[in-house]
Amino acid sequence: MGNMIAAIVVLGVLGAAFGLVLAVASKIFEVKKDPREEQILSHLAGANCGGCGFPGCGGCAAAILAGTAPVTACAPAGPENAAAIAKIMGQEAPTGERQVAFVRCNGGLNAKKRFDYVGVKDCTAATKVAAGPLDCAFGCLGFGSCVAACQFGAMSIGPNGSAVVDPDKCTACMACANACPRHLIVSVPASKKVHVACANQDKGKAAMSVCSSSCIGCGLCQKECKKDAIHVVNGVAVIDYDKCVGCKLCTKVCPRDAILPAATAEEKEKYKAIKKAQAEKAKAAAEAKAAEAAGAAQ
Amino acid sequence: MDQIFELLAITLGAILANNFIFSQFLGICPFLGVSKKIDTAVGMGIAVTFVMGLASAVCYVVNEFVLTRFGLEYMQTVAFILVIASLVQFIEMFLQKSMPSLYTALGVYLPLITTNCAVLGVVLLNVQSNYNFISSVVYGITGGLGFLLAIVLFASIRERLVFADYPKNWDGFPIALVTAGLMALAFMGFSGLKVW
Repeated sequence: MGNMIAAIVVLGVLGAAFGLVLAVASKIFEVKKDPREEQILSHLAGANCGGCGFPGCGGCAAAILAGTAPVTACAPAGPENAAAIAKIMGQEAPTGERQVAFVRCNGGLNAKKRFDYVGVKDCTAATKVAAGPLDCAFGCLGFGSCVAACQFGAMSIGPNGSAVVDPDKCTACMACANACPRHLIVSVPASKKVHVACANQDKGKAAMSVCSSSCIGCGLCQKECKKDAIHVVNGVAVIDYDKCVGCKLCTKVCPRDAILPAATAEEKEKYKAIKKAQAEKAKAAAEAKAAEAAGAAQ
Repeated sequence: MDQIFELLAITLGAILANNFIFSQFLGICPFLGVSKKIDTAVGMGIAVTFVMGLASAVCYVVNEFVLTRFGLEYMQTVAFILVIASLVQFIEMFLQKSMPSLYTALGVYLPLITTNCAVLGVVLLNVQSNYNFISSVVYGITGGLGFLLAIVLFASIRERLVFADYPKNWDGFPIALVTAGLMALAFMGFSGLKVW
């Protein structure tokens, strides 16, 4: 009995002593933390995806607090959370449309292969071997480095062998863009549906010979666009998303189907027929006008 | 001189022949859990070494001057858990205040060590082997170094496993456990190590 009491007392005293030491230590070693950091952290996505460029969400929260990162630094958290963070930081809520990632290549199996690559299934590793197995220096290699980098299951290798983004799952963290050795992945507004799925800057024949769905910089789309929203820059068509209204006229004239969503042959024929009819009508109208003018002159 | 030889024997034993992970099978949880990257493995290893050394010292004092004195040796396990838990808490607070860089480097691994059985193991083994204060501390630190060696080697192998061609259904823990088993076999070779 005495033994038991001794055990209880000794361990109790020991525990109390340690508890006291810890209590004192917590006062001595107290670190004043900005309560806002916790609040900001609670509004971040919590995926530790690293898309913001900081090591984990904690690092991002600290950077936002320090002012070295914008309140919108965490793309996956979305605009509501960015607004909440802005409120915590005493700033105006940022305005901006939701962005998603887009892969600027739809080549995949259409692209010509120079050799069969059998090494590690990683895009960066593949590009190190004789500059990659594709003839096209701008094409998606399809080994899925971006798929591995995506924390949200939004990336996959599409049926034609190049990476595709599921816009519903994408949070625009852009971790995939950092993983892509060919820098093919860009951030685009989620509401815009028409994109140029090629990044090949080679001119005409060079671009044509390496892939059957490459942009050759012919400029047909540029001529067709009524809103001045697509231009050939450095040998590849680029859409100005501020001007694009999504009419898809460019997809119907693209001879290479490099603008997504690619128009079917049927749609193209139909559009050609409409254009032809329009041209004839315009011609007839012009002729009639000319005849009328001639009649008036007489 | 004898003392030095004893310490050398303890050191070699703790790091190689009686490695905590590969021959005593203590601390397997963090060994498997945080060995996916070399960086994190190094962090964990250093944190464990640090805590094992300190815990050995404090537990020796507690055992010698409190438990033995009151004839309460049978309460060692409970008392040592108490000591280790408070010690880790204390170290965490201390580091956060005085060495924030080390605190962020050790990060989440420090609190994890509270439940690391290698730490409890080392203090109980100290008592079992009747080590004096210096031997206890040396055994604690070198045992931690053995843990560091094991986890860093293991993490390096796991990083390279990505390039290995093994059946897909062995992915993850199965291949990690096989690797650990093979490493334990390799470390068994050190048990023939008899210098003194």
